[in-house]
Amino acid sequence: MIKQDQHLEALQDIRQMMQRSSRFLSLSGLSGIAAGFWALLGAYFAYQWIGDYYHRYNQEGNFSGREFQELKLKLFLLAGGVLCLALLSAFYFTWRRTQKTNGQFWNHTSKQLAINMFIPLATGGLFLLTMLQHNEWRFVVPASLLFYGLALVNGSKYTLSDIRYLGLSEIIVGLIATQFIGYGLHFWAIGFGVLHIVYGFVMWWKNERKPAPAQ
Amino acid sequence: MAVNNPIAGLNKIFDNRIRLGVMSIVSVNEEINFNDLKQLLEVTDGNLATHLQTLEESGFLKVHKGFVGRKTNTTYAITKAGEKAFKDHIQALENMIRGVK
Repeated sequence: MIKQDQHLEALQDIRQMMQRSSRFLSLSGLSGIAAGFWALLGAYFAYQWIGDYYHRYNQEGNFSGREFQELKLKLFLLAGGVLCLALLSAFYFTWRRTQKTNGQFWNHTSKQLAINMFIPLATGGLFLLTMLQHNEWRFVVPASLLFYGLALVNGSKYTLSDIRYLGLSEIIVGLIATQFIGYGLHFWAIGFGVLHIVYGFVMWWKNERKPAPAQ
Repeated sequence: MAVNNPIAGLNKIFDNRIRLGVMSIVSVNEEINFNDLKQLLEVTDGNLATHLQTLEESGFLKVHKGFVGRKTNTTYAITKAGEKAFKDHIQALENMIRGVK
């Protein structure tokens, strides 16, 4: 019997080591919730600004090229600001979790995760810029959701498996968005806002709600 | 003969927890460097180095000595022989657990 227990323990050790050395498990669900919150806030402001612009356009009855440029610049800065805030808070909550669980923030697995997400993300980012270069704005939202979803699916091999399903959901929302071109902002808010909050909450509920058992 | 003997696959070299840990890690990573191994296994330099040498001498590990800037960066990867030995070892452990039931 004792021998059998030893073998079982050895197998459990092997399993645990395989997992710990190949997956970054400290990713916090709160990171997702925070990123989703900023995305929704950003979408709200964008919606207001675009509404204001068309309201004034209807009153004055003519398009001023300069105002349109101004709106585009404001939206561009807003998108950049949301991205920065989302990344900062995502890093913060995950860093805090590594401190609590005595894990390491920057280790072998988080490096793998970062590299494997970066490849599709950087490709998508450059592709979006070339789309804007050719004044092709209609597919900016679907393309950003699709590339982000692919990056998550690719990175999910190196972290919690929930990320795979978040990635697949982003891809689905991105594909649906191609059929509703005028509603980009709505799909953007669903993909980057609602999905992040839902999956972030699920991850938090599953892994962080109760104090993590000492490992 | 070996087929009927459930413990034939057990490998004496993997009796040690640290060596078993190293094999578990290299079996799921393309390659891994010394510091990452040390961090994951929570062992001292000297202790880890001894076990790594044993595994290398048994032909289970490939060692690659490189540089990152001026610092040496030694990476380890599993060999074909290592993969087979590790797989057999796990199989034997499983057989024994099942066998006693």
